[in-house]
Amino acid sequence: MMTSSNSLNATDLRDRLQTLASREGIRRWDLGAACSDDCSVQVDRGEAKQLKASQRSSITLRVWNNDGLVGITSTTDLSDGGLEQALVGAHAASQFGNPEEIPQFSPLATAPLPELERPLQPRQGILPLLDTLRDAEADLLGRHPAIQTVPYNGLAESLSQSLYLNSDGALRQMERTQASLYLYARAEESGRKPRSGGAVRLSLGSSGLDVQGCINEAVDRTISHLDYRPIETGSYRVCFTPEAFLSLLGAFSSMFNARSVLDGVSLSQRDSIGSDVAVPFFNLHDNGLHPGHISAATFDGEGTPTRRLSLIEGGTLRNFLHSEATARAFGVEPTGHAGLGAKVSVGPDWFVVGSHPQVSTRNNLDHRTESGPFVLIEDLSALHAGVKATQGSFSLPFDGWLVNNGERVSVEAATVAGDIRSVLNGIAHLESDAEVTHRGVSPHVWVDGLSITGEA
Amino acid sequence: MTNAFSNQWRGLLESLLHRGSAAGANLVEVFLERTDHIGLLAEQDQITSVNPSFARGAGLRVFRSGRDGFVSTNDLSEAGLMRALDQALAMLGLEPQQLTMPTAFEGLKGLTDHGLAKADWLERCPSLDQAGQCLLHGTAHLERLGQHLQVRRGSYARDWQEVLVAASDGTFARDIRLHQSTGLSVLAANGDHRSSIGRRYGSSDRPDDLRDWDSEASAAEVCNSAGTMLRADYVDAGQMPAVLANRFGGVIFHEACGHLLETTQIERGTTPFADRVGELIAHPAVTAIDEGLSGGSFGSLSMDDEGMEPERTVLIKDGVLQRFISDRAGELRTGHKRTGSGRRQSHAYAAASRMRNTFIDAGSHTPEQLIESVDQGLYCKAMGGGSVGPTGQFNFSVEEGYLIENGKLTKPVKGATLIGDAKEVMPRISMCANDLELAAGFCGSVSGSVFVTVGQPHIKVDSITVGGR
Repeated sequence: MMTSSNSLNATDLRDRLQTLASREGIRRWDLGAACSDDCSVQVDRGEAKQLKASQRSSITLRVWNNDGLVGITSTTDLSDGGLEQALVGAHAASQFGNPEEIPQFSPLATAPLPELERPLQPRQGILPLLDTLRDAEADLLGRHPAIQTVPYNGLAESLSQSLYLNSDGALRQMERTQASLYLYARAEESGRKPRSGGAVRLSLGSSGLDVQGCINEAVDRTISHLDYRPIETGSYRVCFTPEAFLSLLGAFSSMFNARSVLDGVSLSQRDSIGSDVAVPFFNLHDNGLHPGHISAATFDGEGTPTRRLSLIEGGTLRNFLHSEATARAFGVEPTGHAGLGAKVSVGPDWFVVGSHPQVSTRNNLDHRTESGPFVLIEDLSALHAGVKATQGSFSLPFDGWLVNNGERVSVEAATVAGDIRSVLNGIAHLESDAEVTHRGVSPHVWVDGLSITGEA
Repeated sequence: MTNAFSNQWRGLLESLLHRGSAAGANLVEVFLERTDHIGLLAEQDQITSVNPSFARGAGLRVFRSGRDGFVSTNDLSEAGLMRALDQALAMLGLEPQQLTMPTAFEGLKGLTDHGLAKADWLERCPSLDQAGQCLLHGTAHLERLGQHLQVRRGSYARDWQEVLVAASDGTFARDIRLHQSTGLSVLAANGDHRSSIGRRYGSSDRPDDLRDWDSEASAAEVCNSAGTMLRADYVDAGQMPAVLANRFGGVIFHEACGHLLETTQIERGTTPFADRVGELIAHPAVTAIDEGLSGGSFGSLSMDDEGMEPERTVLIKDGVLQRFISDRAGELRTGHKRTGSGRRQSHAYAAASRMRNTFIDAGSHTPEQLIESVDQGLYCKAMGGGSVGPTGQFNFSVEEGYLIENGKLTKPVKGATLIGDAKEVMPRISMCANDLELAAGFCGSVSGSVFVTVGQPHIKVDSITVGGR
């Protein structure tokens, strides 16, 4: 159990809730609960900028009324009074439950859970974190005279607990520790525009963070862009880094989301399974249990076990991500991708992009040796604003390089625009080396004919 | 302790503030919060989601020598609050002392209770049933007024918040806030053409706001836009003049310039305007204001989250930088006086200098004069979202755009993104029209997501990069 002043006692919570539910005449309910104990530090030129800690707990409670309709409430007040308020609130909300789509308990809420090797790591406490981040900032600032500040930085560690309970006796719980470090530096040379770049590292515990790797990457991503040039507007062959490609794919994850399909806001339709959506050498899985996924959980918001799921195999759409309700609508099993709600949300865990082993790309492109011309896109920004997920289109600012005649030049402010369906069907090559990033796993991905707008 | 925040909390709060001061803190602040939220979603002609939620918690902040430690907790018991305070003190190397010696803390002032006249606001808000009916009227209007609509949605959120702020400088203030927002959105599809359009409307401190909402007019606005954009072609990229419509067009000033005028940006060294008070940073046509006073506006406040009453802050006057938006920490670390702008999403965040109702002031031209002054350019009737990076680079999607050709609006265009840099674009805002209007929005930043208003009249930017295909 959590070694913290802030922890949930699953059986106590269940017993209290059962008593209160009986008193209110509620026979069917389930709940998701979470609590966390975390601390974080930020620094500014050697000084502690802000030191933060929090103890949080919350529950989300669903109840089924006598007409079978569902209501939901969330609260951070876990006192008896708070739980009662939540039960009454959920019961009141159930009067407005949607009779056309009534969620049920997941049929897999008591199925065996997968093994997940994520040992809890000891926490260091806030003052050692501060020392580590101060040292990291000083190291980064000392790497190049143009780096004047590290305006966005943070080192955090947390211990968290998740629970799922229902009135049929399901009881899931898990604990995890996690640490994160981010360093975003700002560099400026006289008469030139400031440039910024950064890096992120995640780990199960703060002592396991790759601090040096984070510093090196932040320095490289900042300094390598100091000598920039504008790029001419036009159509380019593009190579996405693994992180950039995963960002783009994530922004269009509604393509694989059964909830979005049923709601009519996905590029996919109910009958899209089996259709070709990408080049034949493209594979995509969602694997929340991947060893590189630091935030892995063994069950989702409805208690369904997490599992590896093939989404695209050989360019063909194979599966959607499901909750209990969407799985029932499609006649399949829940896939372990649900939240908890009156209208349950569905989302991906951890994308793994790869090549189909039996299909060749007939290309042998390598971003390290290709002489160009091509644009290497390192990082995409403003995905929340520049992506129209329901239309498939995107127009996004990026950091990257124009590679031409073997020369690599950083690109001044520019955007890349296209359509995700064209991207998936226009992939020219997937490099052989897949990289584990904090977003998922992917190789460098080459796409032909993307529009780039520059200021040249 | 009762659920409501009141003078009953004085004793416990003074104990906490004494304890922190005795330990050597320069300033101790306690922020208590209770919230009651409801969210509703209507899809097509059905209410598909009703989400009530309740929260309570405290944020405790301790300052010493320019540094601060912040702890948040859901535990409002005396023991829980003491534990949180001690944790915040320990972050700064301070330890609780026996209270045998007098401290600089002289006790809390009398309670300034902004919430007194607002006690019945929650009860006066629409019931779930009434709110649901309003949304269903909205989606029914969409069905009647729209064409090729694949998805019709209406949403409503009601956020009620009670806060109590106590600090060792004597600050003791309570407030009740009420924010309501409604939105309508559609996805239109015709063959391979799709358009998704949404509009949001929001207010503060008006319990009857939803009842007064003209859902038919809102639906007409959304349907007109969706129908127009369904037949739009992609815009050609390039440098061109642009005219940005009023209301939500102000999001560009908010993101690209407003954030750079928050003292948090001075602290970070990420604003190019840090040392430029009194200098020309924008075209002389530009006067910009941030205030928390406009009645009913989404960003208005009776007091900020540090207990200070808001004021009207002229940021830029005739192109000259006048003031920065500042909070308690900003004043301490940068010297810019507080402006009643210390804001946070919830008790889980320390307050920071944040915008409230921020807008470019009206000019003397008519909107038509701005358009007539452009030979070839882009008219941005409705803006989508956007962001600004750590170097001041911004980008915004244009939700509804039109070409301007020979001084007249012609074809609708989609896929446009405005890209630029505040420092370069501000001097290019050469004309402001006389039709200032505000629009509600949410702003996410260092202290979480807060309710804000953006706004402007129609403005003309002489040259801006337009991303497209």
